[in-house]
Formats: sequence, structure tokens, C-alpha cells
Amino acid sequence: MIRTALIVTLGLAFAAPALAHPHVWVTMHTELEYAPDGSITGVHHDWAFDDMFSAFATQGIESKTKGAFTREELAPLAKVNVESLKEYDYFTYVTADGVKAPLTDPAPGYWLDYTNQILTLHFTLPLKTPVKAKLLTIDIYDPTIFVDFEWAKTKPARVVNFPHGCKLDVVLPREMTYAEGKALSEIPADAQNTTMAIGAEFANKILVNCP
Amino acid sequence: MPARCSRLFQYALAAALILFAAAAIDPALAAPFGFSRGSGAPEIGGFTGWILHEQAQFYRMLSGAIRAAKADGSAAWTLMGISFVYGVFHAAGPGHGKAVISSYLVANDETWRRGIVLSFASAIVQAFTAIAIVGIAAVLLGATAKVMGNTVRIIEMVSYALIVLIGLRLLWVKGRAFLHLLRPRAQNHEHDHAHAHAHHHHGHAHDHHHHDHGHGHAHHGHDHADEAHAWGHAHAPEPSELGGRHWFRRGLAAIVAVGLRPCSGAIIVLVFALAQGLFWIGVASTFVMGLGTAITVAAVATLAVSARSFAGRWAKAKPGAGLIVLRGLETAAAGLIIVFGIALLTGYMMSEQMGFF
Repeated sequence: MIRTALIVTLGLAFAAPALAHPHVWVTMHTELEYAPDGSITGVHHDWAFDDMFSAFATQGIESKTKGAFTREELAPLAKVNVESLKEYDYFTYVTADGVKAPLTDPAPGYWLDYTNQILTLHFTLPLKTPVKAKLLTIDIYDPTIFVDFEWAKTKPARVVNFPHGCKLDVVLPREMTYAEGKALSEIPADAQNTTMAIGAEFANKILVNCP
Repeated sequence: MPARCSRLFQYALAAALILFAAAAIDPALAAPFGFSRGSGAPEIGGFTGWILHEQAQFYRMLSGAIRAAKADGSAAWTLMGISFVYGVFHAAGPGHGKAVISSYLVANDETWRRGIVLSFASAIVQAFTAIAIVGIAAVLLGATAKVMGNTVRIIEMVSYALIVLIGLRLLWVKGRAFLHLLRPRAQNHEHDHAHAHAHHHHGHAHDHHHHDHGHGHAHHGHDHADEAHAWGHAHAPEPSELGGRHWFRRGLAAIVAVGLRPCSGAIIVLVFALAQGLFWIGVASTFVMGLGTAITVAAVATLAVSARSFAGRWAKAKPGAGLIVLRGLETAAAGLIIVFGIALLTGYMMSEQMGFF
């Protein structure tokens, strides 16, 4: 009896994945940029960080007005953030018809803004080569779960020059615990064709289906 | 035949249990750090998923509690409560020295009381380190998050190097003791005759254990009095270099090695409290967090110690071979410490990040 218990505990212990808990929460808006020929050219992100991380990140930064930072004052921090995000592939993964579509470094002109004590990073990730696909998938997640991404409540995803006939879906991840029902109630009312994520995937996703 | 199988099984189980207590509870070692990119975020279900979720929940509550404490002083108590619970859950995740301290306790055959003291001591040191980093870097020098991150990275390296050194030293001592036991019996037999112990029984197989010559004699009398009784027919003086009185002094190295590496969450919380003008409340919260982590680490450490004494009792049932297995386990535990240190140094084993700087 004890032996079985010991063996089971041992098994469980070795099955545990190697993860820390999120330290950063990001509320995101994403915009997909299309070219006139119907191929996707870039993914634009607006990532709003949580209040604790916003305070931590802006620690020690000089500002003319206390408690407020201009775009210029935050420019060095934005540079540091973007450069260190590179190591994590900017947490954005694009797949076109099952084939990975690589992204390049953010276009210059990215910036941080600080409003109501919340830091938001705005940047665009161009695709290395614009791609046209019947099914385009954009995953946004941190495999180390250090950053927790979640869609903004209103208009989480937008498109620019959306090709005619294509359909946009914003997919909500299943929660990491037993509260699956909760996600159902979080479907934004004005999103186009929102679907629930079913299965083992937790990433925030955008799906674009084209004819 | 069945009896021997059963005993082998018991040894194996004891070994597995010690490994479990020392390593497996720290999830960072349990699975390789590697996720295939682009295949979707990993699935975390069950108990671990629950722990992670609870940690995250309490951590997020901290900022709200700090703000509340700013508006209303009495809300500071809620903050302390949340900090404590966060500490307890947080230490269940990777880091906080569970694996290193557990291995150290197993290798040294320390008691569970000492294990608890060492756990609490390292947690306090961790709290102090976090406060020192923020206090000096942020408050006094107005340093940025990037600078603090770099400071932590440097301190990390020192901490991990210390862990490797501790492991190496333990491996040296325990490994030597283990190898001594493996020497041919004739040699052992010869030597022990010189000590003229009355309760020599030639009738049954006796494996006499060596004690390290350099250290044995001073403690000889003391150890024999205990060990002769405990081990029955075989007399087994322990390698006394690591037992006995100066356990705290020796344990200090382990405490400092583990405690040097502060909790990233504590640093972020402290900076947030500082930004709200509540640095001292942040300090209190950090200590309370440390109390929480201490309890979890102490619980794991106690598990490791009981696993070891479990194995010790089985080993006593079969003197000679049993002690060899035990020394082997201690040597393995020392080796584990080195493995942890190297894994941490090389980044294979994940310790906490601090953001994108």
C-alpha cells in the first residue's frame, strides 16, 4: 500500500513540467496589415502591461513631470524591451497553411506610452515575405508562462485592407485551471465570429480563413 | 530469493524516494526545459496547474493590496496575509533552494529540526537580498530595472557557483567514505582487530566499516557508544567530519548559496511599493513572503530527511551492504547538488526571470 503510494507520488513528481508563474500580464490588441494583393504583410501589437510591471519597468527613468513619461523619455526603455523580446521571437508565431511564416525585427517607429500608470508597447512585426494563405494562424503566447497574454475586452483584433471574402476569428485560450466555463462569458460581444478554443491549446490565436 | 528481491526493492525505493524528495519536487529539474515553438502553449493540468494558478492569483492581488494599503493603513494586514499565502504557493514552483537544501540535508544526514532551521535561515537571507537590491539600487541610486536585473544576474552566478562548490566538497567527503566501504574486506578486517572490540562475531558475515583515519580517532569513543548499539553487531562509526556540533556553521554556506538569489517577484513587488511611496510596507511584505516560502521549503526538507532516515533504517537491517547503499545515496545526493548548481549556471534549470531588460 505504502509502496504503491510512493511509486505513484514519484511518477507524479517526475511528470511535473518546469514552469514558474506569470510575472507579467499583457492585455493585447492586434492589427493585421494586408497588402492590396491579399497577402499579409505585418502584425501590429499594442501590448498594455500590468501595473506592477509598469512600475518596475519605469523605475529610475528620468522624467520632466513626476509620474508622467513622454514618448522620448521612454524611447531607451522601448529599445531595451524590443531587443530583449527578440530572444523570445516576440512571442508571435505565424503559420500560413501549416507552414511557418517568419517575422523580422520590428519596424522602426515602435514606442512606449505611459497612461494611468500603465505602460503600453506599440510595435509592428513585418513578415519576412508577405504571404497569402487559405488558413492563417497567429499564435501569441509565452511558452515559459512568464508572460500571461490575454485579449483586450473590446476589439482585440483589427484588420487593415482586409481581403474580400476572408473571415477573422479571435480564439480565446482555455484557462489553465478547471474554470473552463469562465472563458465562455468572456467572448467579446462585438468580435467577428469568435470561437472557443477546444482541445489542448492555450495560446491566444487569430485565425483568418480565406477562400 | 524472494526476501532478497524484496530488500533490493526496498533499497531501490529508498533511493527513489530520496531522489524524489531532493529533486523531483522542484519541477525545474523534472522535465527538460524545451517547448517546441509554434505548436501552441503547453498544457498544464492537475495539481501543478492549480499551484501555478494560485500563485499567479495571489501575486496579482499584491498590487491591489498595496494600493489599498496606500488609501487605508489597515489594509496592510490584508497585504501581509496575501504575501504569506503567495510565499507558500510560490516556493512550490521552481527555485527557492528546495532541491539544494534537501540534497544537502540528505548528504549530511542532518536532522529534520536542523533542516527547518536551515530552510528558514535561507528564506530570511533571500528576503534580505531582495530588500538590499531594491533598497540600494532603486532607492539610493535611482537605478533602472535593467540595472537591477543585471545585479541579480551577477548575484545569481555567485550563488550557483557556491552551490557547485558545496556539492564538490560534500562529494569529496562522502565519496571517499563510500569508496572506503567498497574496499576488499580483508583489509577492513585486519584494521579493526587493532581496535579490539569485544562484540566481534565471526560467525556471521560482518562487514566492518572504515572511519576516515584522519578524523576517526578523536570521535571514536563517542561514536562507538552510539553506533555499536544502533548497528548491532557491526560497529559503524560515522565519518564524523560532517556530523555533530558545528552544523550551523557548515550549513551557513548552503544558506548563503541558496539565499543569495532573491525572489524576482519580491523585487518587483518592492519596486511597486516604492513607486507608491510605501517602501517599508513592501519590506514587511517581503519578509512575510519569506516566511511563507520558508514553510514550504521546510516541508520539502523534512520529507527529504524522513526519506533518508527511512533508508537509514532499512540499511541498519542489513549491516555492511546496507551502509554501503546509504553512503552511496549520500554520495549521490552530493552529486545532485553539483548537478543542480551546474544546471542553474548554464540556464538549463530555470530560475526566475525579471522581465525584458
